[in-house]
Amino acid sequence: MSEQYSTGEIAQPMAEEIDYTELLEPVGYDFGLNRRSFVQILGAGLLLVASAPALAQERGRRRGPRGPQNIAARLHIGKDGIIAVMTGKVEAGQGARAEFTQAAAEELRVPAAQIQMLMADTAVVPDDGITAGSGSTPRTVPAIREVAAAARELLIDFAARQFGVPRSEITVKDGKAIHAGSEKTIGYADFAASEEATKDLQQTISPDVEVTPVAEWKVMGVSLGRPNAREIVTGAHQYPSDLVRPGMLYGKVLRAPAFGAKLISVDVSAAKTMPGVVVIQDSEFVGVAAPTRFRAEAALDAVAKTAKWDRTPQPSSDKLFEYLKEHAEGGMPANPFADELAKAAKTLRQSYHVAYAQHSPLEPRVAVAEWNDEHLSVWTGTQNPFGVRGELTRAFHLPEERVRVVVPDFGAAYGGKHTGEAAVEAARLAQGAGKPVSLRWTREEEFTWAYFRPAAVVEIEASLDAHGKMTSWHFININSGNAALNTPYNIGSNRAQYVPSQPPLRHGSYRALAATANNFARESFMDELAVAAGLDPLEFRLAHLDNPRLRAVLQMAAEKFGWSGRVKKKSANRGVGLACGTEKGSYLAACVEIELEKNQIRLRHVCEVFECGAIVNPDNLRKQVEGAIIMGLGPALREEVRFENGEIQTVSFRTYPVPRYEDLPELDVHLLNRPDLASAGAGETAIMCVAPAIANAVFHATGKRIRQMPIRLDAA
Amino acid sequence: MDATFTFTVNGKSRTVITDPGRPLLDVLREELQLTGAKFGCGEGQCRACTVLMNGKSVASCITSIADADKQTILTIEGLANGERLHPVQQAFLDEGAFQCGYCTAGMIMGTVALLKEVPNPTDADIISRMNRHICRCCSYPKYLQAIHRAADQARKEAV
Repeated sequence: MSEQYSTGEIAQPMAEEIDYTELLEPVGYDFGLNRRSFVQILGAGLLLVASAPALAQERGRRRGPRGPQNIAARLHIGKDGIIAVMTGKVEAGQGARAEFTQAAAEELRVPAAQIQMLMADTAVVPDDGITAGSGSTPRTVPAIREVAAAARELLIDFAARQFGVPRSEITVKDGKAIHAGSEKTIGYADFAASEEATKDLQQTISPDVEVTPVAEWKVMGVSLGRPNAREIVTGAHQYPSDLVRPGMLYGKVLRAPAFGAKLISVDVSAAKTMPGVVVIQDSEFVGVAAPTRFRAEAALDAVAKTAKWDRTPQPSSDKLFEYLKEHAEGGMPANPFADELAKAAKTLRQSYHVAYAQHSPLEPRVAVAEWNDEHLSVWTGTQNPFGVRGELTRAFHLPEERVRVVVPDFGAAYGGKHTGEAAVEAARLAQGAGKPVSLRWTREEEFTWAYFRPAAVVEIEASLDAHGKMTSWHFININSGNAALNTPYNIGSNRAQYVPSQPPLRHGSYRALAATANNFARESFMDELAVAAGLDPLEFRLAHLDNPRLRAVLQMAAEKFGWSGRVKKKSANRGVGLACGTEKGSYLAACVEIELEKNQIRLRHVCEVFECGAIVNPDNLRKQVEGAIIMGLGPALREEVRFENGEIQTVSFRTYPVPRYEDLPELDVHLLNRPDLASAGAGETAIMCVAPAIANAVFHATGKRIRQMPIRLDAA
Repeated sequence: MDATFTFTVNGKSRTVITDPGRPLLDVLREELQLTGAKFGCGEGQCRACTVLMNGKSVASCITSIADADKQTILTIEGLANGERLHPVQQAFLDEGAFQCGYCTAGMIMGTVALLKEVPNPTDADIISRMNRHICRCCSYPKYLQAIHRAADQARKEAV
């Protein structure tokens, strides 16, 4: 491992700027034309931004690759010394609030308690893009650090002028600029109160601004608890589903009984007679709003009873994988390496099936919408505040300046809340009711109408020479995407393709996107090739692996797990398996032990090594990695969306069994810190080795290859 | 047909006039502004809505207000003593035992009930009794640690 630390240069993110193929079909609401004059929104009731003109300038300015390069758009220094740091990223449990606090505190040289993060209010914060793609750490953290470092330098300049000393004699510590010689100090608050501050803070920051080298980190690299943790344990934190606005009603929307069903007729008269109930009808959009959620449910039931629908035949999950293959765009691509296959010692071809999965975040999607004059404010749980603002502007034909989206820290997403359905629906109901409306989806709506993690067919074909070396590799993912599509192994003739299909269900992002499907297929297939080559699965992989970071985690996991001894042990009902992978700049390997109880596969032990460059918040990283592993065992072993003729059948936690306490395996998780490497995101990748390691362990125990997710013995 | 219900919540007597079939969860959240208990599933499968009724852990989303009439309810808001957190809250806070935190209030209430019945729980005790609580962020390992920590702390304070 290299001992060289970066010297204050901002290291480039390991992952390229992600070109997000979202695979998402947006729900296109359009509620008619409404032209009014342009009015600027400033965040009423919120902490004042240092300079309103700076914010207005920022809106007109073209965004740099790391967001605004103007200090005032990102930082506000309060007269009390509290420094507000603004970001368009959200907090949904993944730890952004703590991490950004650390980044700012480190560069400003202030205690973390002096930082107040202002997140995800489109009226006040810069647009840092969607919170997804493991992008906060490699992109937003540097952006915050640069601005904070620039502010620190301004403080030093200010102190130097005030004290009449060279700036080289000033250090900043605990929020104060100190001149050692004279023991004079001056703080950020003093700077903020000065005449120069307003002008200084509107400057564009220098591209040469120096951030703190990793070796000198005091706040970054150390675990910081979530800043609003106390409000979580006391129940004081207001999630979007907790918010109440004056005069607020509770809303519900009429849903079709199945996909593709069209509303023919509905009778809303009974609902209208219920006290306090408002009915909103806009062609096929039918909703109610009532003073209590209980009454809103009753009102909606009264409407739903009368609704007549025109249904068309829809696909069912038992024919899902044939359906996806049949509808593959352009058909199945042929293997371009026919010559390698022809001369190979051995060839192998397999097909892997991965079912739809559901994120099922514990807080369902919810929005509170309120109209004031022609201004719309929506509080909602979404990963994409500015994207949702865009959806609202389009749905209601409003200029951006009249729409404000606020995202309080909310109850999780896992990639499932990129879009603003609840926001648009709540806004439409609020518009019709003339009162604020809180619309919260039911769990059944979540399981039916939220977008899913795409199902996939993955086909792989490879050839081996007489020495067990791979000579060709052809990999096709149908329907689910290109995350972790490419193999990390050395194979001369190598081609991977993602082929879209016609998905029967609405799908989109999910933690690690298609990486779970692609890595499941790839790492299962690698195991099959190892057997064909007569080599141990670890040996086979290492023989084809140059990437030092991936080798490091693989070897460490194998060593910690005792792979070479355990793989030789044969046991009637226990098996071991391994898998490795890399995605979005992080690297991991997992060795697992499973136990078979009758036909049930139980995950008993997971040894995972995870490496994402310089670790910013170790405790948070551990929670994210362990959380991803446990979450991953759901789709690996049990979670599967079943549907028949367009009707989802798994609409409850009863029928869609997510991981619980009793599923907890022994966890031996090692976070491999690489302070010499740029910090990469880590919220997703840790999920991608669970399923293939389990499948490989099942083979080790039973000799059976299960080539589908969820991995079930009755499917062999 | 609305009816009158009187019950004790966090030590205070409260009266509500509402439909007898309305869930206790809705009454707590909408009538009493106690939004700590959360909606996760509406069918008692996730326990984000957990409150204590007469000291026992119940799913308030499937407990009707009629069933709560004349009973004693304790919610997350009633645990702390002014600024002083309940040992379970303090343990969860010290361990940082949550990620998005949406299940946490229910988890804490479930733990309070658990520790009343089993002050010295083993991992197996905790797993079997807390298994009805879902955490989608899968913070289960940290929760286990926090629950042990709370149990240890409570034992120390009792001595």
